[in-house]
Amino acid sequence: MDWGLILNNTLAWVFMPETIAYAIATLGLAVHFGYGGLLNFGQAGFMALGAYGYAISVLTFGFPWWGGLLVGVVAAVVFALILGLPTLRLRADYLAIATIAAAEVVRLLFQSTIFDDYTNSADGLGGYHESFRSANPFPPGTYGFGPWTWSATDLWVRVFGLILLGLALLVVWLVMRSPWGRVVRGIREDEDAVRALGKNVFAYKMQVLVLGGVLGALGGFVVALPSAVVPAYYLPSLTFFLWTILLLGGAATIFGPVLGSLLYWLIMAFLANVLPALASTGMIPGLNNPSQAGNLRYILVGVALILIVAFRPQGILGNKKEMTFNAR
Amino acid sequence: MPANQPRIKSTGLHVGEIRPGVPKVDPIIVADNVTRSFGGLKAVDVEHLEIPRGAITALIGPNGAGKTTLFNLLTGFDKPDTGTWEFDGKNLAGIPAFKVSQLGQVRTFQLTKSLALLTVLENMKLGAKNQAGEKFWNGLIPALWRKQEEEIEEKALALLERFKLDTKKDDYAASLSGGQRKLLEMARALMSDPTLVMLDEPMAGVNPALTQSLLDHILGLKDSGMTVLFVEHDMAMVRHIADWVVVMAEGRIVAEGPPDEVMKDLAVIDAYLGSHLDTDLGVVTGRIDVIHEDHLVDDIVEEALQTEAGSTTRPGDDIQEEKVQP
Repeated sequence: MDWGLILNNTLAWVFMPETIAYAIATLGLAVHFGYGGLLNFGQAGFMALGAYGYAISVLTFGFPWWGGLLVGVVAAVVFALILGLPTLRLRADYLAIATIAAAEVVRLLFQSTIFDDYTNSADGLGGYHESFRSANPFPPGTYGFGPWTWSATDLWVRVFGLILLGLALLVVWLVMRSPWGRVVRGIREDEDAVRALGKNVFAYKMQVLVLGGVLGALGGFVVALPSAVVPAYYLPSLTFFLWTILLLGGAATIFGPVLGSLLYWLIMAFLANVLPALASTGMIPGLNNPSQAGNLRYILVGVALILIVAFRPQGILGNKKEMTFNAR
Repeated sequence: MPANQPRIKSTGLHVGEIRPGVPKVDPIIVADNVTRSFGGLKAVDVEHLEIPRGAITALIGPNGAGKTTLFNLLTGFDKPDTGTWEFDGKNLAGIPAFKVSQLGQVRTFQLTKSLALLTVLENMKLGAKNQAGEKFWNGLIPALWRKQEEEIEEKALALLERFKLDTKKDDYAASLSGGQRKLLEMARALMSDPTLVMLDEPMAGVNPALTQSLLDHILGLKDSGMTVLFVEHDMAMVRHIADWVVVMAEGRIVAEGPPDEVMKDLAVIDAYLGSHLDTDLGVVTGRIDVIHEDHLVDDIVEEALQTEAGSTTRPGDDIQEEKVQP
């Protein structure tokens, strides 16, 4: 086994666009669930809207890249409003059911052949990069060192992703320490009590849904930046990867999603490299097909999610004191 | 009970002969034909009810009489099938709960709703009205709300001191005892400077040592010009602090009047108090000997209190130590 190669391949994920994208989208989930108490199981739908909003506006309507980004954000806002109006008056568990269904509706609409001219149905969209790449401030060349060596385009994608992540963190941090954040956390605890204190609970929940949804769309945008937009990417399993990240890092924390996303992708990349290598040397009993060994990691993700929820429900960065009162 | 400084009860609140639905000299709430059914059960059926301003009104009645349902209707937490009601001259029918609260009619809940994972101080600050920083975009710019936040904090700390919760200000509300949560909920309601405070069973589950201070706080609300409407089962307490009593049974108002007169009312005794109102419970169950003289009971209580005061744990100490165990 080539440990140096495995280590290199793993560390490359520290600055992978997907790592950054998942951190942003999970920060949206933290706003929904960790702070607002809204059980959103449809974050993949918001991500799909961000990605498709970008790709379709650029490809079909000839928007510049930033126009596509804005379209994705507006689409997420509209989706949040449509989703929230009928469901936010219901209890949290009903919202969970509605969100998972709504996200599937979004994905299936993009996948269906009805809008083939715009979405290219199941094959997805690609080749929308020109506008974004032409805005690249870095001259062509090779940047970085060690496992982190990038072309100018790769660097631009990562830098822009990190800028978005930084802005997202700043906004969530500012707003959650303000009186607005206090009301939102109050709603998480008991919305009737907050209502009795004269706060328009419905309006706050809607704002929370919109804010977290916009972060989801920004995550989808960053996923789409270096690659292509394929509907099969936005399956409900994507939402559950985000939930794993959220619970790993800590639900009601600002940096939990960042740390969670980092750990998640490092572990995934490590396993993706190690498991096939182990399998090919016959060290995993009953598994000698390297490509199947790679899939074993998804089973391990499921097990990890169960273990986190059972033994450290507050996550790595979460406040243990909070959970002493809440976990059981 | 050691005698407290007597406070003068408000009298002359009503106009004309006392009967259910009697008009008041200066009503703060006027309700007409308010009904609410759950399936086939008519939980509330109030023809006419007026709550006097600036007084303490008790709403009593047996379990299932519709007291809490009426509370929910008056505060916008539930919608009636029929009826209109107004608060301070403003029609409240169809007004959502948060607006009712903004108008100055603030309630507490029978099952205390402290916001468990917010600190005591945060709980308090949440109660303040018209906060600039509670708008999303303002929240992003601390300069817009920092000054107001300081004022709110000052007010919250003063109230916490009055309710003897100031030492707990940085603890999670979840770590408070049941009685302290009741106090916190009441203090939090006061953060909005309400004109009418509606307390749903403020004494339920509160230990006797804390009851006394809760009673004082309720009387204090009246002293500072607020109107109080509360639901309570403890008759001694109702007699002690209420200026006016409204009795409900099976959803209707069956009697109302000043406490001493209402308790003599046959309808009330039938509906609620039972024929053993003035008898010691031990006598009813036959498990202890009959105690004839009232002052004898007082003596026993007095004695008990003194022995307790002499020992290391005074009543009230347990409040500090009563914490939710993880």
